[in-house]
This record gives sequence, C-alpha cells and structure tokens, in this order.
Amino acid sequence: MKITVNGKQRILEKAIAIDELLIVEQAEMPEYVTVQVNDELIDHENFTTTLIKDGDTVEFLYFMGGGQQ
Amino acid sequence: MIVLKQGQYQEIVDYARKFAPIEACGLLGGRVTGDDKIVEKVYFLTNIDNSPEHFSMDAKEQFAAVKDMRQNCWTLLGNYHSHPASPSRPSEEDKRLAFDPAASYLILSLLDTVPVLKGFKIAQGTVSEEKIKII
Repeated sequence: MKITVNGKQRILEKAIAIDELLIVEQAEMPEYVTVQVNDELIDHENFTTTLIKDGDTVEFLYFMGGGQQ
Repeated sequence: MIVLKQGQYQEIVDYARKFAPIEACGLLGGRVTGDDKIVEKVYFLTNIDNSPEHFSMDAKEQFAAVKDMRQNCWTLLGNYHSHPASPSRPSEEDKRLAFDPAASYLILSLLDTVPVLKGFKIAQGTVSEEKIKII
C-alpha cells in the first residue's frame, strides 16, 4: 500500500499503527512527536490503535517548546 | 550562519513586543546555501501556554507552516522564541526540549531597551552559538 509521510511517498506491506510507523521512520523520542493523519491531529494515547491505511497522508513533527526559566 | 533580512528581524521584534510579557514563538523557513541558512519567511505561531515563562507552539500551526515551506521548496531552518525578562540564552528547559540538532534556535531577549537576538545550535544538551547576519 502507498502512503505519504511528510510529503514523501512510502510503500508498506500492510496497514500499521502510528507507533509502528514512527519506528519505521526512525523518529527519535516518539513521546515528543505530534502526528496528523489526513489533516487530523491524533492523540498520543491513540498511537497504538490508529492504523495507517492505503492512501493516507501522515505528517509528524517534534513538539517545540521551552521557556526562560 | 543564519541570514535574516532587516524587515524579518523587525517583524520578530514587533511580534515579541506585541505579546510581552507572554513569550512569543515561531518558525523560520528558507534555504540552505553552503554554511548559510537564508530565511525566506518568518512564521508567527501561537504560544498555547500563554505564559511569560514557557512556550509551546500550536501544533496545527506548526503543521500548516511546514506544509507551506514544502510547497515553496523551503526547509524548516529552525525556530525562535522570546525571553521577555531574561537574557538571550537557552534555559535548561530550552535545552531539554531541543530535539533537532540540525535546527537553529533563535532567542530574542527583551530584557534591555535594545532587543538582543542570538542563534544557537543545541545537540544533546550542549549549546553552541550560531552567528546571525542581518542584511
């Protein structure tokens, strides 16, 4: 199946969950990764249950934050 | 080296002053040419913490900015945030939450009358200063 990850096409053998996809994509510290599937933000608690299907568009990026103290 | 146009620098200063004492934040999109990171667009994002001491970028706005960069064939060069009442240097929290060693982390201090903007690279908690050129 074909999916798009951060604008690049990927081919997967079967549908996989988001947490598995992040491993495939070698995302470091997935607990700080924010994911969008087909323009919908996915809660972290649903990373293990949300399956990426053929034709899906996935975007992920790292949380950006900090502070002066 | 990060290359910012004078107008872009002023936009960041104006944005930070507008929200002070709340920390302001955003992203920098552009091109990499040799050792230079040429900023093509400054993105102004919402600090969802709405705090004078912390910032978290709005995730939806982050995605929108990154998609805009992709459409323009730019890359995410880094981000910036303001320190309304402290110097322009990464805090322990800034270091802990800096996940991209290739990114430039710009900090604008409004502590003094004249704003101070500095750039940093942060890799595994180690900070090095990155020169900023304003043209």
